[in-house]
Amino acid sequence: MYQIIVFAPLLGAIIAGLLGTRFGKQFLPEKPSMAITTGLLFLSAIMSWVALFKVGFDHQEAQVDVFRYLDVGGVKANWAFKIDTLTAVMLVVVNSVSALVHLYSWGYMEEDKYKPRFFAYLSFFTFAMLMLVTSDNFIQLFFGWEGVGVASYLLIGYYYKKPSANAAAIKAFVTNRVGDVGLALGIMTVFLVFGSVNFDTVFAAIAENSDRTLSFLGGEYNAMELMAFLLFIGAMGKSAQFVLHVWLPDAMEGPTPVSALIHAATMVTAGVFLVCRAHPIYEAAPVTSAFITAIGAFTALFAATVALVQNDIKRVIAYSTCSQLGYMFFAAGVGAYSAAMFHLFTHAFFKALLFLCAGSVIHALHHEQDMRKMGGIRKKVPWTYAAMIIGTLAITGIGIPGTKIGFAGFFSKDAIIEAAYSGAAYSNAAVFAFWIGITAALLTSFYSWRLIFMTFHGKYRGDQHTFDHAHESPWSMRIPLVLLSIGALFAGAAFYKYFMSNYGDFWHGALPSAYGGDHHGASDIVQYAAAETASDAHHDDVKHGGLFGWLFNKVHGYPFWVLLLPLVVSVTGFVTAYLMYMRRDDQVAEHIKNVEETGGSPIYNFLLNKWYIDELYDATIVRFTRFLGDIFWKIGDIGIIDRFGPNGIAKFATGTANRLSKIQSGHVYHYAFAMLLGVVFLIIAAFRGMGG
Amino acid sequence: MFEGLPILTFITFLPLLGALTLVVISRLSNADAQAQIEKNAPRVALLVTGFVLLLSILLVFDFDRSNPAFQFIEDTPWLGGGIEYRLGVDGISILFILLTAFLTPLCILASMTSVKKRMLEYMVAFLILETLMIGVFVSLDLILFYLFFEAVLIPMFIIIGVWGGKNRVYASYKFFLYTLLGSVLMLGAILWIYFYSGQQLDSPTTDMRVLMTQLDIPGGVQTWLWLAFFASFAVKMPMWPVHTWLPDAHVEAPTAGSVILAGILLKLGGYGFLRFSLPLFPEASLELAPLIYWMSVIAIIYTSLVAYRQNDMKKLIAYSSVAHMGFVTMGIFAFNTQGIQGGIFQMLSHGVISGALFFCVGVIYDRMHTREIAFYGGLVSKMPVFAAFLMLFTMANVGLPGTSGFVGEILTMIGAYQVNPWIAFGAAFGMILSALYALHLYREVVFGEVTNEKLNDIEDVTRPEWFILGLLAFFTILLGVYPSLITDITSVSVENLITEFNADIANMEAN
Repeated sequence: MYQIIVFAPLLGAIIAGLLGTRFGKQFLPEKPSMAITTGLLFLSAIMSWVALFKVGFDHQEAQVDVFRYLDVGGVKANWAFKIDTLTAVMLVVVNSVSALVHLYSWGYMEEDKYKPRFFAYLSFFTFAMLMLVTSDNFIQLFFGWEGVGVASYLLIGYYYKKPSANAAAIKAFVTNRVGDVGLALGIMTVFLVFGSVNFDTVFAAIAENSDRTLSFLGGEYNAMELMAFLLFIGAMGKSAQFVLHVWLPDAMEGPTPVSALIHAATMVTAGVFLVCRAHPIYEAAPVTSAFITAIGAFTALFAATVALVQNDIKRVIAYSTCSQLGYMFFAAGVGAYSAAMFHLFTHAFFKALLFLCAGSVIHALHHEQDMRKMGGIRKKVPWTYAAMIIGTLAITGIGIPGTKIGFAGFFSKDAIIEAAYSGAAYSNAAVFAFWIGITAALLTSFYSWRLIFMTFHGKYRGDQHTFDHAHESPWSMRIPLVLLSIGALFAGAAFYKYFMSNYGDFWHGALPSAYGGDHHGASDIVQYAAAETASDAHHDDVKHGGLFGWLFNKVHGYPFWVLLLPLVVSVTGFVTAYLMYMRRDDQVAEHIKNVEETGGSPIYNFLLNKWYIDELYDATIVRFTRFLGDIFWKIGDIGIIDRFGPNGIAKFATGTANRLSKIQSGHVYHYAFAMLLGVVFLIIAAFRGMGG
Repeated sequence: MFEGLPILTFITFLPLLGALTLVVISRLSNADAQAQIEKNAPRVALLVTGFVLLLSILLVFDFDRSNPAFQFIEDTPWLGGGIEYRLGVDGISILFILLTAFLTPLCILASMTSVKKRMLEYMVAFLILETLMIGVFVSLDLILFYLFFEAVLIPMFIIIGVWGGKNRVYASYKFFLYTLLGSVLMLGAILWIYFYSGQQLDSPTTDMRVLMTQLDIPGGVQTWLWLAFFASFAVKMPMWPVHTWLPDAHVEAPTAGSVILAGILLKLGGYGFLRFSLPLFPEASLELAPLIYWMSVIAIIYTSLVAYRQNDMKKLIAYSSVAHMGFVTMGIFAFNTQGIQGGIFQMLSHGVISGALFFCVGVIYDRMHTREIAFYGGLVSKMPVFAAFLMLFTMANVGLPGTSGFVGEILTMIGAYQVNPWIAFGAAFGMILSALYALHLYREVVFGEVTNEKLNDIEDVTRPEWFILGLLAFFTILLGVYPSLITDITSVSVENLITEFNADIANMEAN
C-alpha cells in the first residue's frame, strides 16, 4: 500500500512528463495526461487517509524497504518508507493538498499550452515530498529535500519566457542550497558521531553520545548542539526563515496552484518536519532549541510586518506563510513538537485555501494580482469570497477560549502560544517567543482582513472591462475550495485531542506528546506542561473571585488570560483593519492616492521594501560573488597563472619572432609528437642499456 | 569465461588493430576505393569499439569482485631487466575500462555527422586513443604504464590540432607544455624506483605487484618521489593552479575530443594517485595530504566562481570539471572508505555527466557554430527534447540526489569531514556555487524568449543524438538511484588499498 502512495505520483509524473509533453511529441493528449496524474494523486490521497487511520488510531506502524541505496563503509541507506504517525500526518497533508491542487489546476491552467508538463511537475514534486517524509534515513531525506527543491525551481520558473520568473527560480534554488549545505554538513556530523545515517540507530544512541564534543571550524562544540544547529540551517532555507527567507516571496512568480501546494502547504513545512523528525537530537540540544525559538519568533514578527503593507495579493499570503512557519518553529524550539505539527497540519488546509482563493480572484480578474486594482468583487465571486472568509477566520484564530469551538487556526496557533507560555518558565527565548507570538497574531489579523477588505469590499479600482468580465471560477476550482474550507473549519476541532492530548496514544512515540501518553524522551518543557495539566485538569470549573481572579484562573493548565489574549488581539486586528479600510467605500483609494502623493512614510517604505534585505544581499553577497569570479578569472588565471606559466615559458623558450611564427603555423602537434616519441625511445634505450 | 585467454591484451589492442587495418586497406586502394573507405571508416570504428564494449561488459561480469587481488593477469617478457609486459585489473581499474569502452563508441557515433574533413584519420586517431586509454588502466608495470600514460596525449594533440577550433595551436601548445613538465619529473621518479628496487630487492623490477607490497622507500625520499608523481597527476586532474590548459583545450577540441578529455583523460590523474601515490608512498601521501586538501578546496571554490563568469559554454563546463575533480582529490586523500569510494564514483559519474554536457554543447554547436552563451536563449521553445536532456545533465552536474553526481560529492565530503571539517565545509560551499553557474548557463541558453532570429529554424535533436543523450541520461539516473552497481565492484579493492595503507603507516610509526 505504501509503495502505491509514494510511487503513484511518480508514475503519473513519468507518464505525463515523457508522453504528454513535447518531449514525447505529445503522444498522449492533454486531457488523458491530466486525468492520469490527477487520478493517481486522488488514489494516493485516499490511501493516505487510510494510512493515517491505520497508524494513528490502530498503531499499525510500518517499515518498507524498497531496495538498497547507498552502502559504503557504514554509510548504509535504503530506499525505504518508515511509516509512523508523524509520517502518516505528512502523507495526508501532502497528498490531500496535492490532489486538490491537481484538480484546481484543470480550471486555473485552462488556457495554458503545456498542461501535461505542469501536471508532470506537480506530480513529481509530490513524489519527492513523499520520499522526504517517508524516509527512514538522512540520505533519502536529503534526496527528497533536494528533489522538492528542483520541482520548486521548475515550477517557479514555469513561465520560462518571463525573466522575473527565471530569476526567482534560480534565487529559490540557490538560497535553498545555502541551507542544504548546512543540512549536508549536519548529516556528515551525524555520521561522524553515530557511524550511521539511519534514524532509528541514530536516535537510539543519543543518550550515550550526548556529552561528546567535536571540533568544527576552529571551535569545540557539543556534538548534539552542532548537528542540531547544522540541520536547522537546512530547515531555515527550506522553510524560509529569517536570513534565508528571501526566496519565498519571489517564488510567487510561479502559477498560483504551485504557491498553494509548494510554497504554503507542503514543501516549506519540510523544515518543521525535519526538526520534529529529529526531535531526539533537538531535545539533547537546548541551546540550539533556544536559537530555533528565537529565529522562529523573529521570523513570525518580521514577515508579519512586511505583510502589512504589500499590495500584491500573493505576496501578502507569502509573507503570511513565512510568519506562520515562524510560529511552527518557535513551538518546536520550546519542545512542543506536537503543537508545531498540529499547526503545520491545520495551516496546510487554511493556507492552501487562502492561496487557491487568491488564485480564483486572479483568475476572475484576468491575472491581476495587485490589490490596489481590486475591490468590491465579492458579489462577482461569492464562493471564493465565502471560502476566503473562512480561511481568514481560520488563520486569525477565531474561536471561543476554553471551549472546543473554533476554526482550525484557533486550536493550533493557541496551542503554540500556550506552549511558549509554559516554556517561559524555562527559557528566555520562550518569553520572547510568547510576546512576539501575541504581537504577530495582532499583525496577522490586520493584514488578513486588510486583504479581504481591499479585494472584496469597497469600490472596484481596476479597469471596468475586467470587472464586467469578472466571473466565478469553474467547478474544478470551486470543489477544492469547498473541501479545503471544510478542513479550515473542522481540522482543528476534530484533531485537537489527537495531536495535542495524544488521545488514544495517537503519536505512539513518534513525537513526545504534551499531554499524557508516552513521556519517553520528552523534554523538560513538555513534561512541565503535562505535569501542570495533570494537576489542574480537574480544577477547570473552580472559579476565583473578581475579574483578576477570572483572568488568572487556570484552564487546561494556563491562566485564562493566556487563552483570551490571542482572541483579543485578533479582534483588535480586525477592528483596526476595518477602521482603516472599510469605513468608507473609497477609503482604500484615498490611501493609495496618499501614498502616491507623499511617497509614503519612511516606516511604510521600509516595510514595503521588505526591510531592504534583498538590496542588502545584492549589494554585498551577489556583487561580491561576481567580483571574486572576475578577479579569479582575469587576474588569477589570465594575469598570474597563464602569464608566468605557459605564456611566460613560451616567450622565454622561443624568444625570436621567427620561432613563434613557426609554432603558430599549425604544426605544433608534429613537434609534440616528435618530442614524445623521442622521450619514449630514450627510455627504452636507457633501460635496455641498464637491464640488458 | 576468459580463462587462458589474453583477454586484456585483446581488449586493449583491438582498437589499434582496427586502426591499422583501416590505414593499410586505405593505402593499398585506389582513389575511388579510398573515398569509399573514408565513408565507411566510422562504421568500421563503431563496429570495433562496439565489440570492445561488449568484451568489457563480459569482463566485468567475469570479474570476481570478492577478490582484492589483480585478475586476468598477463605477464610476458618484454624489455627484460625486470621490465615486463604485465597486465591485470582490480576493482579500481576495471570500471574505468568499462567507462572508456562505453564513451568511445558514443564519440564515434557523434562524430559521424559533425566531422567534416579527414574522416578516416579521425577514426584512426580515436581508435588509437582508445587503445592507449585502456592501456593505462590495465598496466601493472611502471614503465608500461608510463608509456601508455604519456602516449595517450599524442592522439589527443592531433585531434585538437587537426580537427580543433580557431585557436587550436595555442591550446595544444599549452596542453603540451603543462603535461611535459609533469612527465619528465615522473619519469625521473620511475627511474629512481627502478634502481632502488634493485638495491632493496633481489633484482630490479617495475612490477607494481612487487613494488606495492615489498618495496620500502625511506620517508625523506618518498616525499620527493611523491612530488614528482604529483606533478604529473596534478596536471592531468587538473588541480588548481595547473588547470589553465583545460578550458583552452576544451574550447578548441571537437565535441568528441572534449568528451574523451573530460570523460577519461581527466581521470588518469585520479587513477594515478590511487594506483601509485597511495600504495608506493603512503607516508608521503599522509604527510602531504593537507596540501591536497587545500588545493582541492581552492579548486572547488575558485574554479566554480570563475565558471560563473564565463561567456563560452565549453569554458564554463571545463571550469566546472576542475571543481568536480577537486572533490575527487579531496576524497582520495581522506584515506577512508567513503572518501576513496566517493572519489572513484565521482570520477566515473563525472565521466558520464561531463561527457553528456559536452555532447549537449556539441548538438547546438553543430547547428550554430558558436559556443557563445549570449548567442543563445529561449532554446526550449525550439528544442524541447534537447532542453529536457540538458536540464537533467545540468541537475546532475549540480549534484542533485537521484543522479549520479550526488553520490560522489556526498561520499567524498563525508570522507573528508572525518579528517578535517574545514575541508568538507569549503567543499560544501561548492554545492552552492555549482547551482549558481549551472543554472545560470541553463537560463541563458534555454529559457527566455528567442531573441536571436538565427535560432528560429534550429532543429531539435536527431535520432543518433537522442540515442546518445538518452543512454547517458539512463546511466546518470541508474547510478544515482542504485550506486551499489559501482560501489559493490570497487568495494573490496578499496578496502584492501586502505588496509595496506594503514598497515604501512602503522609500520612506519612503529619504526
